[in-house]
Amino acid sequence: MDQFSTHTGIGTPLRVSNVDTDQIIPAVYLKRVTRTGFDDGLFASWRQDPEFILNVEPFSRGSVLVAGQDFGTGSSREHAVWALMDYGFRVVVSSRFGEIFKGNASKAGLLTAIVEQSDVELLWKKIEERPGLELTVDLEAKTITADDLVVRFSVDDYTRWRLMEGLDDIGLTMRHAEDIDAFEATRPAHKPTTV
Amino acid sequence: MGRTLAEKVWDQHVVRHGEGQEPDLLYIDLHLVHEVTSPQAFDGLRLAGRPVRRPDLTIATEDHNVPTLDILAPIADEVSRTQVDTLRRNVEEFGVKLYPMGDANQGIVHMIGPELGLTQPGTTVVCGDSHTSTHGAFGALAFGIGTSEVEHVLATQTLPLRPFRTMAIEISGELRPGVTSKDVILAVIAQIGTGGGAGYVLEYRGEAVRKMSMEARMTMCNMSIEAGGRAGMVAPDDTTISYLRGRPHAPQGAQWDEAVAAWRELRTDDDAVFDAVVHIDADALTPFVTWGTNPGQGLPLSESVPDPAEMDDDDAAATRKALEYMALEPGTKLRDIAVDVVFLGSCTNARIEDLRAAADVLKGRRIADDVQMLVVPGSMKVKAQAEAEGLDTVFTEAGAEWRNAGCSMCLGMNPDQLSPGQRCASTSNRNFQGRQGKGGRTHLVSPLVAAATAVRGTLSSPEDLSPTTLQLA
Ligand code: SF4
Repeated sequence: MDQFSTHTGIGTPLRVSNVDTDQIIPAVYLKRVTRTGFDDGLFASWRQDPEFILNVEPFSRGSVLVAGQDFGTGSSREHAVWALMDYGFRVVVSSRFGEIFKGNASKAGLLTAIVEQSDVELLWKKIEERPGLELTVDLEAKTITADDLVVRFSVDDYTRWRLMEGLDDIGLTMRHAEDIDAFEATRPAHKPTTV
Repeated sequence: MGRTLAEKVWDQHVVRHGEGQEPDLLYIDLHLVHEVTSPQAFDGLRLAGRPVRRPDLTIATEDHNVPTLDILAPIADEVSRTQVDTLRRNVEEFGVKLYPMGDANQGIVHMIGPELGLTQPGTTVVCGDSHTSTHGAFGALAFGIGTSEVEHVLATQTLPLRPFRTMAIEISGELRPGVTSKDVILAVIAQIGTGGGAGYVLEYRGEAVRKMSMEARMTMCNMSIEAGGRAGMVAPDDTTISYLRGRPHAPQGAQWDEAVAAWRELRTDDDAVFDAVVHIDADALTPFVTWGTNPGQGLPLSESVPDPAEMDDDDAAATRKALEYMALEPGTKLRDIAVDVVFLGSCTNARIEDLRAAADVLKGRRIADDVQMLVVPGSMKVKAQAEAEGLDTVFTEAGAEWRNAGCSMCLGMNPDQLSPGQRCASTSNRNFQGRQGKGGRTHLVSPLVAAATAVRGTLSSPEDLSPTTLQLA
């Protein structure tokens, strides 16, 4: 996983709330068994509309997605995060995220930046006024800079540290292997086994 | 101060308390695996040279891609076949027990855990599928995880997690005949919204819940995720214990007694405080259906399609969009909405009681000429049981199709899909745009409403049918 400190890229406004993961990537793309190459599935049904924002230059080259409230609700498919990242997004900004989506994002290195809904509106206004405007997301300072506009975002400290260090989950946990051994030794005998 | 049920189960599974901002490390008792969300996880293990830490706490089944017409024929769709083949190779390589298609125990992942007696009170259960919340009906802390967490659990049998907040869903009173736990959960979601439970574990409590069967509780817990909840739970009681007794993986002999003693402790203390409380009056509930494109857009069947003109701006915009997709006019009586397809199935409502309830309605009746009805049992066990009771004959004589076990039209990954513009009354859990097939329109309903709808051809409850053979479950 790459380390994340600051990121600068074109802002893409997605003026839709309640974007569930079925919309981010439809179920038919879930059939693949690989970990990469999901960019073609991103918002696949919406992209059939030539006016959809990802079909509009220069927003199609964006890497900071500014979305409406409740982004990433619904199904737990991690492919939603992979599709966003394979497409080129490094940051999604919203005033609220689906819980599982948020967890999946931090593990894959996609920053979910939570800002006030009023700031989402300000960002939309800015990037629509100046298509192609680059936003700078500073994870250390927890700010998003869009020209003369600076908004603060929240992200929990642990996720932030992980993203900044570029640390993978399993490696982190394996540092506590002896605690897991000790816990297993105390599990009640009546707990189920599958064999 | 007392603790809630969820907090007790959590506390019993903490391997290590996180320091500072670090999450706690939680032990996972049971890991359910299926073909869709596991390939990349096994791939990750392989790349890192890691084994599965506890194959004996892991179990796999095939469900999402199952062709429900001829379950033993090779899968025609190439990608579907690849996922299933990949799972088979992976379980072989990593030593995980699999219930493949054709096996008497195969079924939707959330059906087989309870059926095998693997889902037990006080356990932590995870699966790479959001409807893992189903298992909470047993007083397990059960929640969906993403593929990288699947890999994490395979490698370590633990998950780094932050404590959830707790929400009590107090369901007082008694459900009227013909009103099911599906109607209850649709009403809950309509009340709190699809984000209302975000960050919470929902505990369903109260008189009405105590009277519910395990299957009814599972239906309710299943859809906790549609209210945004991380998990749903019901405290175990005699109903739970008698469901588990004698199941293949339930504890035996002295261990059974030990287990039961431990399970009896699993209830929210009287002085525990929930972070949020929601009240539902069971007596006032009637059959509920959705009219829109998220599970929170639902109303009692007796009402009409809502009018965006009567809403504030945000709701009005969302409603307009939903109605446009659903091709519905404000003010239309829900009972007048004609459907093309009825789907009785999914991990929400494809258990034996669901099939019995629907069969009771269909017995001696024919489904409407222009309606196609698919009945897809959730597991091969349910299928066998239903056939032993002759329910399959009731369905086929009524004009419905009787299929093999799988997810089927719940998400249309197999050939069972809606065509564009088709309207479906479905006992599943999601009415998102295109969920059941591109352009398909979904109304979420209970099995009773599904059956009555199939007969009348428009959204209906059994009360709307001529009373000749009516026997409500
Ligand atoms: S039946 Fe539907 S909701 Fe349940 S596991 Fe299968 S696809 Fe998911």
